[in-house]
Amino acid sequence: MIRMRELHKSFTVRVKAGRFRREKRTVAAVDGVSLTIGRGEMVGYIGPNGAGKSTTLKMLTGVLTPSSGEVSVCGLTPVPQRTRLALRIGVVFGQRSQLWWDLPLRESFALLRHIYRVPAGDHAARLRRCRELLDLDEFLDTPVRQLSLGQRMRGELTAALLHGPEVLFLDEPTIGLDVVSKQAVRSFLAELGATGDVTLVLTTHDLADIERLCERLVVIDHGRVVHDGSIEALHTRYGSRRSLVADLEKPLPDGFELPGASLTAVTANGHRVTFTLDSATAGAAVAGLVAAVPVRDLSLVEPDIEDVVARLYAER
Amino acid sequence: MGELRAYAALASAQIRSAATYRSSFLVELFGNMGATVFDVLTVLVLFRATPAVGGFSLWEAILIVGLSSAGFALADFAVGNVDRLKTFVRAGTMDSVLVRPLRALPQLLLMDLPVRKVLRVALGFTVLGVALAANDIDWTPPRVLLVVLAPVTAAVFFGSIFVISASLAFWWVDSGEIGSAFTYGGRDFTSYPITVYGPWFRNLFAYTLGFAFVAYQPALALLGRPDPLGLPAWAGFLSPLVALGAVVVAAAVWRAGIRHYRSTGS
Repeated sequence: MIRMRELHKSFTVRVKAGRFRREKRTVAAVDGVSLTIGRGEMVGYIGPNGAGKSTTLKMLTGVLTPSSGEVSVCGLTPVPQRTRLALRIGVVFGQRSQLWWDLPLRESFALLRHIYRVPAGDHAARLRRCRELLDLDEFLDTPVRQLSLGQRMRGELTAALLHGPEVLFLDEPTIGLDVVSKQAVRSFLAELGATGDVTLVLTTHDLADIERLCERLVVIDHGRVVHDGSIEALHTRYGSRRSLVADLEKPLPDGFELPGASLTAVTANGHRVTFTLDSATAGAAVAGLVAAVPVRDLSLVEPDIEDVVARLYAER
Repeated sequence: MGELRAYAALASAQIRSAATYRSSFLVELFGNMGATVFDVLTVLVLFRATPAVGGFSLWEAILIVGLSSAGFALADFAVGNVDRLKTFVRAGTMDSVLVRPLRALPQLLLMDLPVRKVLRVALGFTVLGVALAANDIDWTPPRVLLVVLAPVTAAVFFGSIFVISASLAFWWVDSGEIGSAFTYGGRDFTSYPITVYGPWFRNLFAYTLGFAFVAYQPALALLGRPDPLGLPAWAGFLSPLVALGAVVVAAAVWRAGIRHYRSTGS
């Protein structure tokens, strides 16, 4: 569905090099990205600010012309075949609206039907589904400029889907949304992805979006792909481990050791301890601990994807 | 067919959006009319001081003004909107235009339907009509054809200049009002007989860039006057070709510009 081979995009920027002098410098925003994404895949595309996420998305949608390399989406080359491609993809740029600022949401949707030349029946059916799933009814007649960010984003999602796109590109669809709106957007996308008809590529800074939605995670930094695989593969690769947190009746005896685990924190006057599980199973660690001291409470903490990604970014 | 309906839908959306801001519309409507009135006033004032300018009488000069302002007003009405491109490029909102399944230039032009500029078009053609009646023109069939074609040709030429100068923004985001030097500057240049300009300035604007063929050469051909600068009498009939050349250049510049668009970070 999507193929990129050795994709590059560089920009020339002028940098101040003195009071009047300016130097030209070339910056590679995307520096040799090769990826293949199949039909129905849901891919999370993440990276720190300025890593080249949006630039990649803009090359995939035909907004930017690649400096070099090959790219094809739905079998089309984005820039030369931009208008044909636009009929087959949906795009939500979190920071750029596709809606008409001064018109009610309902009218924006009606206009999009003409712009994308969608048969009236298909359009009505898709709109009905989005209205149900995204609760649009209460603000369908409000001018877009008066909508809250969460309401607008639900409108943008609908706008991107009314022509039944094969690929949906989402650039930070949950940016700035409150918890409830985030949930609404996520569960809507999850439902959409579950049908398997739509290929979904999503950039985000909120890793909960990825955990909830994407099986495949592509991490980009400095314009290069630094990880491509499942979230589990990322944990394995960066050795992120589960940890065992226990509240004890009394502090651990001096020199206590748990085989296959390491003590990483002792708090609350020795009454709370944290072990990182290196090779021990959770069961063995719990048994070992309970044998040594009376335990009041136990919890097993899954590795946090935020930590893993933070470590990934820090490696550069 | 479907595509035409899409553009029509886009235009109707703009009209409905504009209708939500009624009073600013009225202000602009009258502001625009004022501009053309001043074009004519300038020429009238000039001829109060001197009976002839650059070898042309008042009514001959008004014919040149009429051709120039009718063509310019028509171009400004149809494609003048393209000058908002610089705002779109600076803000990166060109992205939204480029993800739609329609061509970028018509979308930009339909971002706003400048009903307020209609009065200006009407005024330009009125000046042209009065000048045609006031001059003693020998109406041969080729001249009838020319008088129909000339304002359209001038509009096409100015339209191309609008597109080219707006496209500067693709390379140079702070192009600001540089483009206006060629659009509004071009209109002012073509409002006078080009005999009034110094040779190098005239060679650059009138012949190299083609502004002589907007109003001056067609006016000569209509009046049946020999060109004091030596071009043959039928030079005025070349205007459509010059305009066509301008369109080709504008299309190439626009296309190169779109590929050079760099969006903004988000």
